[in-house]
Amino acid sequence: MTAGNRGLRLFFAGFAVVALVIAGALSYFADSDPDGLDTATLEGCEVVETDAGEELVGDCVARNAGDHHLSESPLADYAVGGDDRFTGVAGVLGVLATLVVAGGLFWLLRRRSPSSRE
Amino acid sequence: MSDGLINAPVSLIFGGVAVVGMAVAMVGARRDLDDRTAPMAGLVAAFVFATQMLNFPILPGVSGHLLGGALAAILVGPWVGALCVGIVLAVQALVFADGGLTALGANITNMALIGVAAGFATALLLRPLATRGRAGLLAVCFIAAFVNTVVASAGFVLEFALGGDAAFSLGAVAGSVLGLHCLIGIGEGIITALTVGAVASARPDLVHLLRGTATPLELRDSPVTPKGSTA
Repeated sequence: MTAGNRGLRLFFAGFAVVALVIAGALSYFADSDPDGLDTATLEGCEVVETDAGEELVGDCVARNAGDHHLSESPLADYAVGGDDRFTGVAGVLGVLATLVVAGGLFWLLRRRSPSSRE
Repeated sequence: MSDGLINAPVSLIFGGVAVVGMAVAMVGARRDLDDRTAPMAGLVAAFVFATQMLNFPILPGVSGHLLGGALAAILVGPWVGALCVGIVLAVQALVFADGGLTALGANITNMALIGVAAGFATALLLRPLATRGRAGLLAVCFIAAFVNTVVASAGFVLEFALGGDAAFSLGAVAGSVLGLHCLIGIGEGIITALTVGAVASARPDLVHLLRGTATPLELRDSPVTPKGSTA
């Protein structure tokens, strides 16, 4: 392995660690308030906590929004089985899943350089 | 966005737009992917996924998060960047129940196609500034990311105009969506400038926007210092 190659691998490893730390640890510090789009679509409504969960009272665009079809899936809402103490675990799994899907696709699509042929 | 905000026909149309756009991006991406940039692009997608989890406050009770289009396009090019953001959105919708399924096409259109195109076009336009020095590069990243965020949110306004609930005033929806995304765009700009700045310090050869200008790798890794010279 050439020196340049090792530097590249180190950089990639560092980049991966940064992504994993963000998803696995910093994600606990994320602001849980609704984001810009949700805020805009919630205008005119009040979010009321009920036994059945959150309910929208009033007249707003978001009342048209349905529950997510996969809201019962094990990692829904970046929690594990609905427990958001495991947001970091869900985040790490998401980073790894994205890395596998995107990295795999890009590796298949790449131009094969003459030097990469065995 | 969630399901139900845009009616079925318009959701279907933008589903088609997303499929065609992603297919075109795959063809274009081949040119930019090689043994070095393919793993980089996979990591950029993973980084965008991670960073999208970090909602930051923009107003009391309102948060925002990175969309990542300009960031990805500046680092790995517009075609690969569009695929990065598209894959992140698909993983979020299919695994994390974040972002609707019938709305996935509209979400990909807004953030992976429109946002990436607007962000990269801005960066390309300002490339002479970006290649002049570090401050220029950071400024270009900030501006491109800001444009990416606001234009992507305009995509939602367009879809809402075509297939949203007509009982609500389009002007009011457009005003709050665009206004809030101007604020989110500032956060997007800061994160994009920090990230691209860090990559450019470590490996300028891996910043797509700087291709052809970055110091060749060989010079960085094996500096040739003449014997006896004082550095």
